Amino acid sequence: MKFFSMHLKSQMQYKVSFFLTAAGQFLVSFTSLLGVYFMFTRFNEVEGFIFQQVLLCFATSLMAFSLAECFGRGFDVFPLMIGNGEFDRVLVRPRQEIFQVLSSKIELTRIGRLLQSIIVFCYAIPASGVIWTWDKILTLFLMIFCGSIIFFCLFLIYASFSFFTIEGLEFMNIFTDGGKEFGRYPFSIYGKKVLNFFTFIVPLALFQYYPLLYLLDMKTSVSYMLTPLLGLLFIIPSYSFWRFGLRRYKSTGS
Amino acid sequence: MKKYIAIIRIRFINSLQYRAAAIAGMATQFAWGLMEILAFSAFYRANPAAFPMEFSQTVSYIWMQQALLALFMVWFFEGEIFASITSGGIAYELARPVDLYSRWFCQSMANRLAKAVLRCFPILIVAFIVPEPFRMSLPVNAGQFILFLVSASLSLFVVVSFSMLIYISTFYTLSPMGVRLISAVLADFMAGATIPLPFFPPAFLTVAELMPFAAMQNMPLRIYSGNIAGTDAALGIGLQLFWLLVLVLIGRLLMKNALKRVVVQGG
Repeated sequence: MKFFSMHLKSQMQYKVSFFLTAAGQFLVSFTSLLGVYFMFTRFNEVEGFIFQQVLLCFATSLMAFSLAECFGRGFDVFPLMIGNGEFDRVLVRPRQEIFQVLSSKIELTRIGRLLQSIIVFCYAIPASGVIWTWDKILTLFLMIFCGSIIFFCLFLIYASFSFFTIEGLEFMNIFTDGGKEFGRYPFSIYGKKVLNFFTFIVPLALFQYYPLLYLLDMKTSVSYMLTPLLGLLFIIPSYSFWRFGLRRYKSTGS
Repeated sequence: MKKYIAIIRIRFINSLQYRAAAIAGMATQFAWGLMEILAFSAFYRANPAAFPMEFSQTVSYIWMQQALLALFMVWFFEGEIFASITSGGIAYELARPVDLYSRWFCQSMANRLAKAVLRCFPILIVAFIVPEPFRMSLPVNAGQFILFLVSASLSLFVVVSFSMLIYISTFYTLSPMGVRLISAVLADFMAGATIPLPFFPPAFLTVAELMPFAAMQNMPLRIYSGNIAGTDAALGIGLQLFWLLVLVLIGRLLMKNALKRVVVQGG
């Protein structure tokens, strides 16, 4: 929390820049939203989902991503930290490594994106035609909460790769930025194979597609409501990968 | 002229050094393109009649877009240029006997070109062998392909001259992040980066087609896919030329103005 307020203060020193960047972030996801809207003015539905229902999906992915990103952007600069030897200093300090990496950079301008997802939620929650009983509310909460943890794990994996390659791997963008971009539609529209991939290998569909079916009464079994929790299992491989990388880490020299 | 060719050559060779990054980039772009196409195909299945261009045209549009991403996306800025303005390195640049506008223009053009050349062929080869209906198609005839080449080069010039405006704006604001992000996002959307322009609602489309952004990736990609042909294509290329002239003129004026009152930061 102390780190958080430090970052807030330092970024607030450049107010205009801060707000412009936040506005830019807002705009990035706004054009993506506009794209979805344009598609739906032309086609009324896709794979049985209408615009308002897809918006629930869009907002969930966006919010989960931006929450994870607000705190997990430290992983973005991690390849740099390894490259310039900064990480060696982290290792000798008496704090958890992950915590230190994270607190090295907290990107508050991403608030623009978060704001967007809140606005979309404000529209989609009443418009989607879901009757919001307690179990539906819990489902939505689980979707967002578990979703941000899964995205966070993906950032962690991205960072762990740089133990081996020293450089960041652009390929991981498919799962992080791509997960957010493609998560604007339910993963089922990309076809069976893609859905399976995002269920069993990179479990993005677990917090997005399956619980969405439960929200929209397309599936009534409670197991669909709880799939996001299953996604939390993703913590295990990603954290072990991080530990594995950490053990193998030999400094790059200064 | 010789010195500008030299700048292009140096930059080009320099960019070709990063091969591992290029392979990762290619894989990313290929997967990205595939996901986009799958999404469009879901909409196509939902209502083929409402599809504003042929499905095969959309497929070609997206593959070509991914292959030439580095040429067309406004957000590929040159960090170096921004840094030289904010750090004061510009003082050296000004001391050189080279016109700064042309120098930066060549530099960013060469970097984009090198990135695209390195990446486009593998992506295109795979795009040509994936199974139907996701396979990329050839242009209808040689004439169309030549039109595409002309339009693609013009499009690159327009994109670079637009980003020049953003570089130059740094002289005035010194903090490029926000302006950079906002203008890049808007330009890319209006150029058809998120969805091709034909998917815009009709009223919106009419406005979008007249804007300079339509002279960016929209034109060459639609010419390649066969969505725009014949006199429409010729007209489109004319419009590209027009916007290129306007953007370069504005850029040069602003630059002249900025350099007159430039304050070098730091020493």
